[in-house]
Amino acid sequence: MAASALATEKLCKSFGALTVADNINFRLAPGARHALIGPNGAGKTTFVNMLTGAIAPSSGRILLGGEDITKVNQAARVRRGLGRTFQITTLFRKLPVLDNVALGIAEREGVARRMWKPASRHGEIIGEAEQLLATLGLAADARTPVQDLPYGRQRLVEIAIALGLKPRVLLLDEPAAGVPSQDSHHVLDVLAGLPANIAILIIEHDMDLVFRFASRITVLVQGQVLVEGTPHDIAADRRVRDVYLGEATHA
Amino acid sequence: MSGYTGDPRIRPQEFLPWIIAIVAFFLLPEYLSLGARIVVYILFALSLDLILGYAGIITLGHSAFFGLGAYTAGILGAKFGVSDPFLQLVAAAGAAALLGISTGAVILRTKALTLLMLTLAITSIVLEIANKASSLTGGADGLSGVEVAPILGLFKFDLFGRTAFIYCLVTLFLGWLLVRRLIYSPFGAMLTGIRENAARMHAVGAPVYWRLVLVYTLSATLAGIAGALLTQVNQFVGLNVLGLEPSGDLLVMLILGGVGRLYGAFVGPVVYLVAQDYLAKQYPEYWYFGIGVLLVVVVLFARGGILGIFDTWLQALSRQRSSARASAR
Repeated sequence: MAASALATEKLCKSFGALTVADNINFRLAPGARHALIGPNGAGKTTFVNMLTGAIAPSSGRILLGGEDITKVNQAARVRRGLGRTFQITTLFRKLPVLDNVALGIAEREGVARRMWKPASRHGEIIGEAEQLLATLGLAADARTPVQDLPYGRQRLVEIAIALGLKPRVLLLDEPAAGVPSQDSHHVLDVLAGLPANIAILIIEHDMDLVFRFASRITVLVQGQVLVEGTPHDIAADRRVRDVYLGEATHA
Repeated sequence: MSGYTGDPRIRPQEFLPWIIAIVAFFLLPEYLSLGARIVVYILFALSLDLILGYAGIITLGHSAFFGLGAYTAGILGAKFGVSDPFLQLVAAAGAAALLGISTGAVILRTKALTLLMLTLAITSIVLEIANKASSLTGGADGLSGVEVAPILGLFKFDLFGRTAFIYCLVTLFLGWLLVRRLIYSPFGAMLTGIRENAARMHAVGAPVYWRLVLVYTLSATLAGIAGALLTQVNQFVGLNVLGLEPSGDLLVMLILGGVGRLYGAFVGPVVYLVAQDYLAKQYPEYWYFGIGVLLVVVVLFARGGILGIFDTWLQALSRQRSSARASAR
């Protein structure tokens, strides 16, 4: 069996008495289109934050391409090929779209430390950023400050920044959250067009999007993996329906 | 605008400070010592703008580096017979850089209020050391008799401050070139990224902490050079270069001029020190009141500082022009 693109072994996290990740064994295959779903408070975001290194697990291991990265800091994980987008758009709001993307590319290329030649004369960085924006349909917005863009397009900038890092593994934390439903198909188009060699884990509430995008789904409930399988399996699984129906009755 | 979409070419109005300085040199010979002091504070403010305006590091302790630079030059000139001005500058820069990297490495792991208090603590500690080590620093009496040899062995520091003014201006010019290069570079763009969203910079793989330590050290070095210049101009150092007050004054200057605009660091010290000079002569007891009113007005009505007002005017003007053009069609 080929090494997983990303894997966790017995990953646990508790905040005091509250256990938010309980013995999670997870495997993301190379080039996978994998979704992580679960009701509110299931621990999805905590899990992603542990994967990226934003928070440290209480116990267990995280492996990126077979290498143990549990103790590696967030920035170094990114340099090893683990990219992410944020649930709540966290961009450089006042900076133009191009700069948002170029900052990431410059880090990847080791240009960000350079202190003499003006940034705007680094044609290789700018060229790559422009090309990337063009593939996402953002070329016309390159010089617009992010804060002046509609929210749906900001979500695409979020994805553009992550892609600029040329990740091997990409974690998409609710890429369509807050996007008006008439625009969410555009996000899906972009997701469908992502390079096949990137292993993608998507965390998403929009079941329509999940079932159209993912070929594998993991259901997380109360910090534990309830079930994992193909979309077909998951749709047919009674426990999953109970969890979601249960939530629906609460709501 | 700096960054990847900015235009790094020097604009015509960027020559203005240098033209004004040279004109002032010829037209206002009796104010050259004030002029030299202003130039020193511009360099000091520029160093603060680099970390506060571009990297978003908030500090009330920048006087630690300024003061250390001032005392390094002073002690060398008064106690060790090292009177060469360049040697004094280099030593001051080195000392300030060392203090910058060592304290920065400790405190830049913190943020916001904690960071602010730690910077204040550091300058207070340096102040107390300068106060207690009176055999070296002169303590509360200050350190007088600082010897400064003629620059390049040719230009003596004269009574009218002509040499001092030009010397400080040339040093400022070099400092400005450096800072300007820096903020238009990828490094500068990266600093803006940290200021705008540090979490995001982590997420694109930037070693944020080390970058902050680096820029903090660079800024400390510049502040140390500014401090040494002040000592050389006055041929004296007192405790008033250290502690909260000079840090606070500097912050007020930069806020007056405009933070994160490069030239705010030029405008602020001019307005502050000229107002101080004028008010202190007219109303020696109340001059701080005048500065206070000025600050309140700027903070309330011009969030971008004095330069921010000009920006707003220019934008309004260009909008008027373009609408006039549109209606003419």
